[in-house]
Amino acid sequence: MTDPVLSVRGLTVTLPREMDRRHAAENVSFDLQRGEILCIIGESGSGKSVTASAVMGLLPAVMKVAGGQVLYAGRDLLAMPEAARRALRGRSLSMIFQDPLSALNPLMTVGAQIDEVLAAHGWRDREKRTAKVLDLLTEIGLPDPPLLRHQYPFRLSGGQRQRVMIAIALALDPDVLIADEPTTALDVTTQAQILELIRTIQRRKGMSVMFITHDFGVVADIADRVIVMEKGLLVEQGAAAQVLTAPEHPYTRRLIAAVPRLRETDRVAELEAPVILRVEALHKTYRSRSGFLGHTRVVPAVRDVGFELRRGRTLGVVGESGSGKSSMGKVLMKLTDADGGRILLDGRDILPLTEAEFRPLRPRIQMVFQDPYASLNPRQTVGASLTVGPVAQGMVRSEARARAAAILAQVGLDPSAYDRFPHEFSGGQRQRVGIARALMFDPEVLIADEAVSALDVSIQAQILELLAQVQAVRHLAMIFITHDLRVASQICDEVLVMHKGRVVESGTPARIFRAPEQDYTRRLVAAIPGSRWDSAA
Amino acid sequence: MTHAATEALAPPARWWRTRTMRRFRRNRLAMLGVVLIVALTLACFSGPYFLPFDELYIDLRARFAPPMTGAHVFGTDPLGRDIAARLFQAGQISLLVGFSAMLMSTVLGTVIGVVAGYSGGRIGAALMRVVDAFLSFPSIFLLLALAAFVSPSPLMITVIIAVTSWMEVARIVEAEVRSLRDRDFVMAARMLGLSSVRIMFRELLPNVIGVIIVAATLTVARAILLEAYISFLGYGIQPPLPSWGNMLNGAQQYLDKAPWLAIVPGVAITLAVAGFNFIGDGLRDALDARSDLR
Repeated sequence: MTDPVLSVRGLTVTLPREMDRRHAAENVSFDLQRGEILCIIGESGSGKSVTASAVMGLLPAVMKVAGGQVLYAGRDLLAMPEAARRALRGRSLSMIFQDPLSALNPLMTVGAQIDEVLAAHGWRDREKRTAKVLDLLTEIGLPDPPLLRHQYPFRLSGGQRQRVMIAIALALDPDVLIADEPTTALDVTTQAQILELIRTIQRRKGMSVMFITHDFGVVADIADRVIVMEKGLLVEQGAAAQVLTAPEHPYTRRLIAAVPRLRETDRVAELEAPVILRVEALHKTYRSRSGFLGHTRVVPAVRDVGFELRRGRTLGVVGESGSGKSSMGKVLMKLTDADGGRILLDGRDILPLTEAEFRPLRPRIQMVFQDPYASLNPRQTVGASLTVGPVAQGMVRSEARARAAAILAQVGLDPSAYDRFPHEFSGGQRQRVGIARALMFDPEVLIADEAVSALDVSIQAQILELLAQVQAVRHLAMIFITHDLRVASQICDEVLVMHKGRVVESGTPARIFRAPEQDYTRRLVAAIPGSRWDSAA
Repeated sequence: MTHAATEALAPPARWWRTRTMRRFRRNRLAMLGVVLIVALTLACFSGPYFLPFDELYIDLRARFAPPMTGAHVFGTDPLGRDIAARLFQAGQISLLVGFSAMLMSTVLGTVIGVVAGYSGGRIGAALMRVVDAFLSFPSIFLLLALAAFVSPSPLMITVIIAVTSWMEVARIVEAEVRSLRDRDFVMAARMLGLSSVRIMFRELLPNVIGVIIVAATLTVARAILLEAYISFLGYGIQPPLPSWGNMLNGAQQYLDKAPWLAIVPGVAITLAVAGFNFIGDGLRDALDARSDLR
């Protein structure tokens, strides 16, 4: 074996004293070989991002490197003065981040941001810089580079922004690219494209890539070798094929088991259950006017959607971001107005009702939101968040309290959660609170809008199990909105595939995912991470 | 790794032990502000009980006594009245006017800001145009015009100041509420069937309380300054009732002979305004979680 490009030896990073453990990463050692993609996988808080930041020298101020070496070209990066490291950053080691919107400067054009990196590293000649910028934009596969380089980041889609981040990272042809969950914020098809792009560029340039992720599906698609981290410790490392098919450590096995897979068979459900929700020819169009007298921009979000939902059954709604699936969820909840169609809740059209008329019906249809951090009022205790709705609908306070305690137990939270604030909980626990809130009314219909997308794969599995269990006990109907087809196939009885506001295909998950009829559905299915590995496992 | 993660392990937070308060306490200038304001308030409200002179007691033999003459710590005025006694009495009025004007304008500004920010659309636009209309009036001019029409009792002065300074709070609150309006937790509150009034004042208001407190602190400083200003011009609090502003007014013709007449109330105004401003800036930094990283 040749010499590694980067060699991490006994790296230990300490956390501030008030944290639950002393080290963010403890005695971590691994090598990054020339021209390989190394995946670091683990749950949130496993120390995978901290390890990457320590290698880059970008640790937050509260964390300190307590020991170890990071050897690059025979020199210990950790022992180097800051000025010398800065010169290496970007030129030899470079990084892309999870959220491309916050990592790009909103007030600079895309081209200027790439240009800046070149200028900062001593490219004096303006014309050479411009040529390089165009080269890079072409390389990352963005349409019309001469035009695009004058655009601001907000004009680009999430996937395009991530491509720009990659262009910036590649500007100086680094030896090592560190990618910190670069596809977690993207939908399935965009994720597949970005993974493909990283793989292609890595091969072409013979770069080494350190890729951080929590999804074994992604690992299966991209990795040559894998490192598994748990609570700051490196628990397993090996070739990707070996770790994926024959994991040794129990933690690795648990992570792999948690990856949702396409199911071969459909769930058996009684067909005779009564219809609780019926939607006919639903339309929703967004109109935004630019400026005071500007012309109106019309974006159709939901076009002619119709379906039927029976008690005790789950309807999956899948599609890319911008396909209108979340807009439909909000319209069904009457959180935004619709432009046409009918929504029959237990036979009664709720669409023409005013907010005041609909308020007494709200308890019958409830929602679980995507982001467990944003959907709970940060200034209210969990107890207050749970009871405020029922009390406003006329439930006696003591009764609401007792009910909240019972439901907290049902969603697997400690009774002490009642008096605590949302920030005291992890993402998974918060999502349990979100589900508990929706269940306070004993609803007949539950809409889950990307309810597990923001969670780690292993937490995802637990929440999905909880939802399935709640549904079985209460016999409620569920609409499950997601961009992750694997998740949809796990939990749904029927699936609607949405594209540009229209339903392009519908049917049972096994039929849709195993034998898709439409091109669009086929693209979605092909984009599922780890689909090649799926059949092997 | 985030604040949330660290805070998760903190014991149930009392307000004075929260991160915000810890940051505030670390800010020396802000703590100086607190000390200044506490000291001034204590002096103004308890000082008169310790002084041998009444603020209206006239001693014509002791006119224009410079500071530290006998028991006259700050000297006497053209009528031989003790300046220390007058300063404290005036301070009670100035601080009370400043504080009550702040309360009134903050409540008014908050209500209008929350309603405009949450309602948006036509109601929001209409309310914010009212705010713009008030803002486009030169407020000192408005203040003087109003003061010329009504009898300038301390209460009226307070109301007038409040009426001309609520707009800033309204604007800040409106912007903040508008940014929170489309958050998921507000959607969730609507999903639960809460009324708009409830969402505005029970769900949203607690989330903007930080910026309101900052704006309120800075408003006190402005109100004290405004009161001093209009009293100085003779339209505010009328003698013999002392206020820091009309003490300055009385001092201007003796500036060469007895400069302490102007210096003493001038310093009091400066200390009060600076104190409130320090506190306001300190609170603003403390409420901004990112200031930890600097």
